[in-house]
Amino acid sequence: MIFLANFYKNHKLAFFSSVFIFGLVFLAIITPFITPYSYAEQNLFLGAAPPSSEYMLGTDVLGRDLFTRMLYGSRVSLLVGFLATLVALTIGVLWGSIAGYLGGRTDSIMMRIVDILDGLPFVIFLILILVIIGRSMTLLFLAIGAFGWLSMARIVRVQVLGLRRQDYVLAAQSMGASNLRILLNHIIPNVLSSVIVYSTLLIPQFMLLEAFLSFLGLGVQPPESSWGILIREGAITMEEYWWLLIFPSIVFSLTLFALNFLGDGLRDYLDPRKTQQLS
Amino acid sequence: MVSKHARHSSLPVYFFRRLTYFILKRIFTYIPVMLVVISATFFMVHAAPGGPFDDDRVASPEILKQLNETYNLNDPLITQLGNYLVNAVQGDFGPSYKYPGRTVSELIASGLPITVELAFYAILFALLLGVLSGIIASLNPGKFLDYLPMSISMIGICVPSIILGPILILFFGIWIDILPVSGWGEFSGDKILPTITLGSAYAAIFARLTRGGMLEILAQDFIRTARAKGLNETRVVFFHALRGGIMPTIGFLGPAIAGLFAGSFVVETIFQINGIGRYYVQAAFNRDYTLILGISILITFFTLTFVLLSDILATYLNPRLREKGSMN
Repeated sequence: MIFLANFYKNHKLAFFSSVFIFGLVFLAIITPFITPYSYAEQNLFLGAAPPSSEYMLGTDVLGRDLFTRMLYGSRVSLLVGFLATLVALTIGVLWGSIAGYLGGRTDSIMMRIVDILDGLPFVIFLILILVIIGRSMTLLFLAIGAFGWLSMARIVRVQVLGLRRQDYVLAAQSMGASNLRILLNHIIPNVLSSVIVYSTLLIPQFMLLEAFLSFLGLGVQPPESSWGILIREGAITMEEYWWLLIFPSIVFSLTLFALNFLGDGLRDYLDPRKTQQLS
Repeated sequence: MVSKHARHSSLPVYFFRRLTYFILKRIFTYIPVMLVVISATFFMVHAAPGGPFDDDRVASPEILKQLNETYNLNDPLITQLGNYLVNAVQGDFGPSYKYPGRTVSELIASGLPITVELAFYAILFALLLGVLSGIIASLNPGKFLDYLPMSISMIGICVPSIILGPILILFFGIWIDILPVSGWGEFSGDKILPTITLGSAYAAIFARLTRGGMLEILAQDFIRTARAKGLNETRVVFFHALRGGIMPTIGFLGPAIAGLFAGSFVVETIFQINGIGRYYVQAAFNRDYTLILGISILITFFTLTFVLLSDILATYLNPRLREKGSMN
């Protein structure tokens, strides 16, 4: 708690960002209880109506309540962002810590693979997989995470390189602890703080990627809703119905802002170089 | 041993020999990578459920059989892959399944120049805007002229092209109505909005990278020396500091090119530009497998090439990388 209080004192923007994000997550969780409409419920007689007292942010061409669709959309987008980050985090932490801990030839081969994969245009392969296997949300976050772990592996490896010569690791080794045990019990818990900070920066990247694919029609499929789909639908009809583009765009941008600010703030705050300068 | 002495006698010769070695080594890693990528993509595409001719219209078995024979789809996969590779090296990516009578190479030849031009303008726009604002910010750390460009660059990062494109169209194309909203090179001024949409995110990243790089360099002794000698500030900033300060940006150019191709999918779709990005998205929709395969290989090739080029440029410009022997 002291850590958080200190952090927020120095980073006011990060504080507002966290409030915004927690608010959004909270709204996304309780969505079914706060809106009387369903995301797919059509009202063709009404069609696209501008914001009114009945429909807070207006309705789309099929008469679906935009506010409801935005809430459900934020659910899908946040979920894909978080789950993809979780996938990337799992692979990246394992890969990076194994490479860093074992060192030597294993390390150079594993990191060479990371380098090579990093040079490949992975959006292409993402689209390829979605086209071939099918467009589902599960596949979407699995695929995004499966491609997005490279930088995480690098960050973890550098940390582990510093940790593996620490006394407590040597002590564990001298007592005959297995490599697996040392990795899981001693190394990984110690890299988690920087991993979590970096994850905050991965989430907006992955949400963006989801929006990008859904915008092209290759991600989440209508009548499901997501930021990308809403912006796509808004862009198609923006000439007549501006609110369908403007509202989802504003909220999506704010979400990206908030996550980026929070991640940047946390990274600045926990950057070891900075703390060294201070102490 | 002789070569070790040669190292000290003529650094440039030694450097270029090592640079050649470095480039050759990288190229030799890329060839197997390309082969693996092509084979993996090829097998993935062929493992996909449904053949290329499973269309809405049901064709009779005889016609299907004939089609399969025309396109050599009955050969073992490995033979097909071998044929494909041999043809691909010669620039022949086979016929398109969904644009009858047109080959993938023709489609690529018609779309690629447009995409390359778009990407070129976008990267030029991003470099000019990003590097300049990064320099301005780095010269005024903590002041208004630092916060202003950096806040704007944060907007560039958080307003992605899928939002920026439609909103630019709405403002400049529909409400103010001064710029055309679709096409490329058909009406005057129709290249402006796509360029801005594609380039702005990179302008933002370049601004932050340049600011960081410049701040680091400007704090170093040789800059103080240059200033102490009475060199004018423009010369110090643009000749002495920028050479080092632009390094992070140069290093990011390779990945940026890769991102530009991905970005062109969105921008070409929004502005209805017939480049390879739009072809790719449409091919993905239509399951036009040969076209997907061809464009995937092409983009992978381009990306690898540009990553290599940007590495070489970074090595060439950075004397520290030259001497420390990190070129291996």
